[in-house]
Amino acid sequence: MDSDEQVKVSTLEAYADTIVPGEKRFPDDHAIAGASAGPGAVVAGALELLHTEATGVTVGLPYLAQSLNDHAKVYAKEHDLTLDETLPSFVALSFVDRTALVRQLTAPGHPEKDGWVSLALFCNMSFDSAAHKHTAEAIAEGHPGLLAMGYTAPDEDGLWRFPKFSYRRELAQLHPDTTPSGSPA
Amino acid sequence: MNAYDKTDVVIVGSGFGGSIPAYHLAAGGAKVTVLERGPWLETKEFEHDYLLGSSYTRAFDFVVGDGMSVLGGNCVGGGSVVYFAAMPRAPKFVFERHGSIGRRMWPSALTRDTLEPWYDRVSDSLPVSTQDWNDVSYAGGLWAALCDHSGRTANPAPVAVDNDRCVNCNFMMAGCRFDAKRSLLTNYLPAALAHGAKIRPLHEVQRIERIDDGDYRVHFNIVDDEDYRVQSGSGTIDAKVVIIAAGAGATPVILQRSESALGTMPHAVGRYFSGNGERLNTAIINEERVREVLGLSREDGKVYEANHIGKGPTVANWDKLDGSLPEYERYSLEQLYFPPGLGTILAQVPGGDEPRWFGPQKKEILKQWASWLTIFLMTEDDNEGVFGAPPPTGNAYRISQQMLGRGPLKYDPTPNTLHGWSLADAECKEILEKDGLAKVAPWTNDVVGAYTVHPLASCRIGDDPETSALHPNHELRNHPGIFVTDSASVPGALTVNPAMTIAALAERSVPGIVRALQARGVDVTYGAPAPDGSITGRRAVSKLSLVAGS
Repeated sequence: MDSDEQVKVSTLEAYADTIVPGEKRFPDDHAIAGASAGPGAVVAGALELLHTEATGVTVGLPYLAQSLNDHAKVYAKEHDLTLDETLPSFVALSFVDRTALVRQLTAPGHPEKDGWVSLALFCNMSFDSAAHKHTAEAIAEGHPGLLAMGYTAPDEDGLWRFPKFSYRRELAQLHPDTTPSGSPA
Repeated sequence: MNAYDKTDVVIVGSGFGGSIPAYHLAAGGAKVTVLERGPWLETKEFEHDYLLGSSYTRAFDFVVGDGMSVLGGNCVGGGSVVYFAAMPRAPKFVFERHGSIGRRMWPSALTRDTLEPWYDRVSDSLPVSTQDWNDVSYAGGLWAALCDHSGRTANPAPVAVDNDRCVNCNFMMAGCRFDAKRSLLTNYLPAALAHGAKIRPLHEVQRIERIDDGDYRVHFNIVDDEDYRVQSGSGTIDAKVVIIAAGAGATPVILQRSESALGTMPHAVGRYFSGNGERLNTAIINEERVREVLGLSREDGKVYEANHIGKGPTVANWDKLDGSLPEYERYSLEQLYFPPGLGTILAQVPGGDEPRWFGPQKKEILKQWASWLTIFLMTEDDNEGVFGAPPPTGNAYRISQQMLGRGPLKYDPTPNTLHGWSLADAECKEILEKDGLAKVAPWTNDVVGAYTVHPLASCRIGDDPETSALHPNHELRNHPGIFVTDSASVPGALTVNPAMTIAALAERSVPGIVRALQARGVDVTYGAPAPDGSITGRRAVSKLSLVAGS
């Protein structure tokens, strides 16, 4: 088994990869399951964001990783699975089983739901808004999430402007009772 | 500040409920101090940036409760700095609603007709303007075309936006860099400052106590300007009248925390919370079908792919705002832009297998983000929300340095609310999925519960002492001299964006507050024009002021 730090990192990477999956970085990449083509949350910077103190989850990461592996052991036992003992338990689960476990942990009524939802929220944000980077810089660097979502670069001053923004056509009838202020009656 | 600070009026919060009285009372001659827990940001500090610590997280709060998450402003200007500035007036039937109490819940003095002059006043002051089809974004236009294609109407929404200045950047939730959005930083607040009002940012009010001479002492903590979890120092300020306008997610918490010093609070403080019946649906647009069926195309040859372009909501469908329909079956469907981060995590894959809010299928729809069209459902809920025990400070246990916290609000939707949601979802689906134009799914309520950007009613006005916290003039029952003038005072869901109604009620509350100050010996008058000196909206109101709030 790897060092505590490596266990923590690969466990959290596996969690992030369950939220926004990606392709393996190298052939024996265990943390990333390879469930989706193209980069996912891990390559988008999930660990970097989780280690940003401003999130408020950083201090709890060692506990969350340990707890996730504990849950994985219980899950494996319940489902009669044999885990590769050289890997952290959550990493040793298949993508389908990781997904099933994350669904359990984030389901309404689960006593630890808040923590797992927070973790999922930031993993998602690392991909869809690169909250650990200035947005304009992230786009310039080719951030995989922002790129995948189709973000375009801002103007030179770092601000977005869309001078063309409207079809400029009448596209529906107004409600017949509309008042002079433009409100419903 | 020190323990001996005194003023005529302390106002807690600087959103619509705080800024409007601040202006009128200062203009009338009262000494006014506004305590705002958030930062005071200038126009040049409003950034186009999702980095944690940018204006997006500095000015915005996301408080997760048990079954309901509340989004709101946290800065000088409050909700108006982060709002999307759609300003419809509430339809007539809303004022006749019975809601959960089986009888009319609004005060008998209030109808759409009696509120109309106050709406006019707000419209004048911000100002609010109507829009035409040249003003609506691609997303709004697409929603209109979809509504039209299924035999429905659609309206460009009235807005508090100067469209000549707007660059359609869709960064409204981070504050407007171009001063196009008519936030309170552009009207009431500068006018209040010009009349001598004081605004103290990063002052989070914790509780209120009564002092020997009948005045009130307001206790606050100083909040760190970067890490809101850190509070350094505290103080008090005494006032003859206190106006609480901390937002529906915070106003009742301050009053709950004050109960030990002030005495029993009315039953309705911290109860009857409404999320304005809100819900979101996200559609993935089939670009090719839209071209074929609706004949839409942009100048650059694209069909839509414009989720990110615009200014929040620009077009609404109001066909179900029909007073002849049963309560809980009336709602509006408004096109909305929602920023990523919070705006994508809850969106679900239409028709996918579970899990639909995360995983491989979700990633695939993220790749189609430019083709998303988000529809905002504002239905009639049942005022189900109840606040539990207050946290040690503020209205939440803060998790992140900024923005994210865990609050004591519990919300368990009733069958009535669920019925309204399901009808509105079905209507959305019928409009959007006709002829293969799109695939749509509602956002999940299983992750952070239901959610609202328009919290209401947690400390509401009414005629009935059992089911309302405030007299019809916004004074807290059994606690003379304390007024609540914000979204918490609105009795229930409005079926449209509530900012216009919140602001109109705040305007209407001022004459009563003036009278309360006069009765306490403060030399103050009522009758200021709109912040820019305009008096068109004032004519009807000057006559009304003799009876308003009496």
